[in-house]
Amino acid sequence: MSRKKSNEEYQKTSAFRFFRWLSGEKDPYIGNVEMCPQEEYQPDREAALRHEKEHDAILDKVYDATHNKSLYLFHRLYQATSVLFCLFLIALLLVTVSYLPANGTVIRPVNNEVAERYIEKGLEETGAVNIVAGMILDYRAFDTLGESHVLFVATITVLILLRLNKTEKDEAEVNDRRFEPKNDAILQLVATFLVPIIIIFGIYIILNGHLGPGGGFSGGAVIGAGLVLYLNAFGFKKTERFFTEKTYKWVCFFSLSFYCLAKSYSFYTGANQLHSVIPKGTPGAILSSGLILPLNIAVGLVVACTIYAFYAMFRKGGF
Amino acid sequence: MTAFQIILMGLLIICAVSVSFSKNLLNSILIYMSFSLVMSMLWICLESPDLAITEAAVGAGITSVLFFVTLKKIHAIDASEPEAKEETENE
Repeated sequence: MSRKKSNEEYQKTSAFRFFRWLSGEKDPYIGNVEMCPQEEYQPDREAALRHEKEHDAILDKVYDATHNKSLYLFHRLYQATSVLFCLFLIALLLVTVSYLPANGTVIRPVNNEVAERYIEKGLEETGAVNIVAGMILDYRAFDTLGESHVLFVATITVLILLRLNKTEKDEAEVNDRRFEPKNDAILQLVATFLVPIIIIFGIYIILNGHLGPGGGFSGGAVIGAGLVLYLNAFGFKKTERFFTEKTYKWVCFFSLSFYCLAKSYSFYTGANQLHSVIPKGTPGAILSSGLILPLNIAVGLVVACTIYAFYAMFRKGGF
Repeated sequence: MTAFQIILMGLLIICAVSVSFSKNLLNSILIYMSFSLVMSMLWICLESPDLAITEAAVGAGITSVLFFVTLKKIHAIDASEPEAKEETENE
């Protein structure tokens, strides 16, 4: 930050005085008001002990259930009413549930035209063989966008709560190394074989989200678990080669903004009855179903990075 | 409902009750992990493999790992293992 005025000149301005008053750096009464100097505080141990004893004695007297008749009665009444209240609540809920239509009947609110349309026209309208993916990333993509942002906001909150400054971070790293010995041969050998398989499985789940079970969230969680295993086996030095705070920031930024833009486009075309230029492709092919595949990749990247970031922040308060 | 599903349901109830009655925090987390695994098997029986994958990865994997890290941070794991504590003190 650059300042046009010099430091001395700045100290004469009213803005400087205002901010000094705001931050409480200078007490406005010192030097202006006659006051006696403050005595240094000296703890009186005896008085504190006496006070504590008196406090305990009063507590004992008040909560002495054997002599205090009304307290005894109150305890009994309290227990009885709490049990009665619980039973009343359970009964109320059970009665309410008993009025709901039975499972599997036609009049249930679940059996409406929405579910029917999803099942009948889902493949045709979204192009996804996996109807669940078509639902969460096409019909209800707005919900999924919100979910991704909830994850992002959760990481930011954890960052605010758990972040440490530079010296504390170094200390935490030293502590971390002392409590968790690195170079565990068994763990490292297992991780060497398992981590590639886990991560490839996660990528497979993400890329096949529109064809089979899975999708962005589950695949991202699997990849995040693989990254956490890698981190545990080989330590932060190795993971920092490809994953730092900067990577996290840029990956989240690009994925979330891509999601927003892509879905804004399809909302815009859909709401205005325009023809979308994104091809649906043949159902069943890997490059099909329009926007679902890229959206799955975006969600998967956000989830994987978020899970790794959570773990790193819990471990040492940063990346 | 097949017998297998009934057995899984029973395991679920046993896990859920024993999580809250276990004195050791580490044991509670391990039981919670097994709860998630049983739950993911149940999801497959209920024909929703999407949820099964997510449950296995998030419930059994990541949540319990985060719990472990938290226990380590508050030194709850060290206190239950006197040997580990001595080792760190000797260093």
